[in-house]
Amino acid sequence: MHASPYGTSVKGFREAAGPRYLRIDPLLLLATFGLVACSLYTIATATSNDIPGQPHFYLYRQIAYASVGLVLMFVLSRVDYSRFREWKAGLYVTLLGLIALVIAFGGVTRGTRRALQLPFFEVQTSELGKVLLIVTLSAFVVDRMRRLGDRDTTSRVVLMALVPAMLVIAQDLGSGLVYLVVLIATLFVAGTKWTHFLALGGLAATAVVVTLVAAPAVGVEVLKPYQTDRLTAFVNPAEDPGGEGYQQAQSLVAVGAGGKTGRGAEATQTKLNFLPEHHTDFVFSVVGEEFGFMGAALVLSLFALMIWRSLRILTVSKNFYGTLIAAGITAMLMFQIFVNVGMTIGIMPITGVTLPLMSYGGSSVIVTFLALGLLQSIHAQARETALAKGRELTI
Amino acid sequence: MYLDGDDRRPSLTPQVALRVAVIGAIALVAFAAVFFRLWYLQVLSGDKYRAEANDNRVREIRVQAPRGKIVDREGRVLVDNRVGLAVRVSPKDLPEDEAARREVYERLAKVLKMRPDAVERTVERQLKALPYSPATVKEDVSQQIIYYLFENQRDFPGVTVEQVFLRQYPHRAVGGQLFGTVGEITKEQKGDDRYRGVDLGDRVGQSGIEYQYDSFLRGRNGATRVEVDALGNQSNEDDGLATRRPQQGRQIKLSVDLDVQRVGQLALGNAPGAFVAMNVRNGEVLALGSTPSFDPNQFAKVIRPKDYERLNSEAAGKPLFNRAVQGGYPTGSTFKLVTATAALMGGLITPDEVVYDGGLLKVGGVEFRNARDAVHGAVDLRKALSVSSDVYFYRLGQEANGIGNGLLIQDWARKLGFGSPTGIDLPGEAAGIVPTPKYRNDLFKQELTDRPWTVGDNINLSVGQGDLAADPLQLAVAYATIANGGRVLRPRLGNRIEDASGRPLQELAAPSARRLKIPVEYRTAIMEGLRSAASDPGGTSTPIFQGFKIPIAGKTGTAEKGIGRSDQSWYAALAPYPDPKYVVVTTFEAGGFGAETAAPATRKILAELFGVKPGPTQAGTAPD
Repeated sequence: MHASPYGTSVKGFREAAGPRYLRIDPLLLLATFGLVACSLYTIATATSNDIPGQPHFYLYRQIAYASVGLVLMFVLSRVDYSRFREWKAGLYVTLLGLIALVIAFGGVTRGTRRALQLPFFEVQTSELGKVLLIVTLSAFVVDRMRRLGDRDTTSRVVLMALVPAMLVIAQDLGSGLVYLVVLIATLFVAGTKWTHFLALGGLAATAVVVTLVAAPAVGVEVLKPYQTDRLTAFVNPAEDPGGEGYQQAQSLVAVGAGGKTGRGAEATQTKLNFLPEHHTDFVFSVVGEEFGFMGAALVLSLFALMIWRSLRILTVSKNFYGTLIAAGITAMLMFQIFVNVGMTIGIMPITGVTLPLMSYGGSSVIVTFLALGLLQSIHAQARETALAKGRELTI
Repeated sequence: MYLDGDDRRPSLTPQVALRVAVIGAIALVAFAAVFFRLWYLQVLSGDKYRAEANDNRVREIRVQAPRGKIVDREGRVLVDNRVGLAVRVSPKDLPEDEAARREVYERLAKVLKMRPDAVERTVERQLKALPYSPATVKEDVSQQIIYYLFENQRDFPGVTVEQVFLRQYPHRAVGGQLFGTVGEITKEQKGDDRYRGVDLGDRVGQSGIEYQYDSFLRGRNGATRVEVDALGNQSNEDDGLATRRPQQGRQIKLSVDLDVQRVGQLALGNAPGAFVAMNVRNGEVLALGSTPSFDPNQFAKVIRPKDYERLNSEAAGKPLFNRAVQGGYPTGSTFKLVTATAALMGGLITPDEVVYDGGLLKVGGVEFRNARDAVHGAVDLRKALSVSSDVYFYRLGQEANGIGNGLLIQDWARKLGFGSPTGIDLPGEAAGIVPTPKYRNDLFKQELTDRPWTVGDNINLSVGQGDLAADPLQLAVAYATIANGGRVLRPRLGNRIEDASGRPLQELAAPSARRLKIPVEYRTAIMEGLRSAASDPGGTSTPIFQGFKIPIAGKTGTAEKGIGRSDQSWYAALAPYPDPKYVVVTTFEAGGFGAETAAPATRKILAELFGVKPGPTQAGTAPD
């Protein structure tokens, strides 16, 4: 890490003074385009047999989502994210409203109530909620910056984030966990005391025990049966190879069968449908089978690049609000990447978390683009501020 | 720019830098973990997983192969197959929902008259073993039920009907124990090399010829290898995966003559007993039966536990027990052939030596008497066999106990095949017992008997009483040895292996026989004695074989089995005299005197063997 992120170079100054759209982070953009390309290619090959007569059904839709997402990302990158701080109350109400809407009218997919059915498409509000939470949570924390050491502050912030998190967990465990991770990361970067974290940890442990052990013991099922199944299947997949463990077992076989260079057209696990959800939650297994270790490593490298850039942007932000937003987004991306990839290679339980940009699905793709747009905005603002101060930002 | 008071704090304090570094470190560790895991899965274990993926995609659909037929020496079918309709459940069409599944099971159970949990258990057990193959619920379902299932197909998703081969025994109880039974391969058998290539759920021979020649009789299941997707649907492309047609098992031709077998079975009826008819020259068994018998068709499907229990019960006469090769009985006077051979070979007597039979022999204060207290007077060997003089043989037993190692009779009994299995091609043959001083003294030491060996035991052995245990087949082998000039045969049933249309593939070579050197004059003397017993006045079985067209040499036997138990009745016949071709041995567990029950049954079997009229058989009354 640099002691100072600012350098002074006359040459750089001239370059940085160029058109505004160039102030976005090119490496992050590279990772974004790379992943979108990988996603489209993988979905094109994996789903060509899924719907008879429409080999490009999923591909065309994913292209549409990515296009919309790209546009949104560029628009957002040119907006000063700091503006959202003023709207935090409205955004927070929107967040709760969306959750309430889903609880009231949401459709159920795979046992998960998380989508809002609109006339032409459905919106997974829990996805959109991720970005709303990051933006509002960071704003609340920044507001109480001076008294961050107070226990009062921590508990208020926690309460503020926990309400939507719990509501979402009740419908969609994976997304709910993302909310919690965002909360923890934001508090962590904001500088919350270690003792407060310890207290929170104890609280979380109690919650888990109550959810998994105590509540079922007295007859209250907090987790839905399919959620319990997923967790137990992870602990002992051999017990039920035909059920929840089946997906993971098939995924392992798919990834393993890919070998060094992949099976390409012979990727039977995907083509013959042994691997369910191969275009959504298990898209990484398809990468593993069709393109082998090389393909998987490429995708992971692109993700690594993305994480590196977001951490970097976190450190150069012009204000602490940007730092916190970047921290929340980084945490969200990291969590989703590792939980999703870990799930496909058998080191994480199945939680229904999508792989950012790679998994098929409009809500997931567009929300990831929004998050990336925020990162780009932070980056652009940081550059602009640096320019205003007569310095140039080193990448 | 929106920079208000709260947000003026420098964005990168050392504390934030540290915490960001922590996040970076977490990311690094996580990426490393994922990379190592991927390396392990894809680079190090790739081959294993690729094989698994191929197993996934290629599905073998088993096509059951029918077992080979079993035919008699003239090619008449003894055991066959018939086509039954089996109700099966195909996993891919079953409802996924557990409650809906259970409903199907319940409906099916009602139609098939089974218990719902039994249906569920059967299906789930099979689906666990072979997840994608249909599971059999019930075999051999009536046509009406099949029609009902077809008509109401909508109520029975996943239920299919298929043809299966079921074993059929057209002659039912005739030769039940001999032909044997089939049953699903057991877990223990599955691990046995003998059953390599047998699939779970296949039926294999479990007893009798079915068991003995199972490797020939069972066919090779065919398999259709298809590429399937996750739902078990065949993929459309013709991928040229090999398919294997089912191969019917070989046909086994037995030396058995169905008619003789049937006559023997009828002659014994339901009385516990057994019979053997064997060619004395080559050991071919023409009939071998045990009564009461059972219908092996009961085993063609899964036998009900209740039925199985009954077939093993003492009350029903243990029909599954093959008395002809597994029974161990004292043989009574039929054993005198062995004592005579031993005494002649050991030099205790000559054929013409005359002994006075005063009706009893006193040894150490114990009186050994003739049956029915008969007094036969002066007897030589021929006469002694003819009238069945016990005293004559008692003396030989007494003398044999005193000379050499005292095991003269035992040694010859062993040479003639007693005390060890004959080696016939049937499973589970018993060895029997030839009692020796050591045998009895060991029992005494273990407190399993009341007294040690005495000379009285040898005297009892000389007339086939006491601890001696032999089965009819062993006795037949001993008689055949005297009749054929000293060859101790290994009886055999399997004649040759044929293909499904009866063309010979492999002759089953005659097993080698042990040779005993017994001088011809000794054998002649014994044969003359046996002939006399069946033809001369005073002969024990003369009345029974009166008017029988074929000259017979034979010996009756009546063995006491202890107080309160009926005597074991025996008859051993050699025919035609003087150059016998067949030996027939018959025994009844509770037959009284041999001449009363066993001899008439033997006459019926001999009549069928030689194709003559049995004529009126009068039960003999001669004492034995």
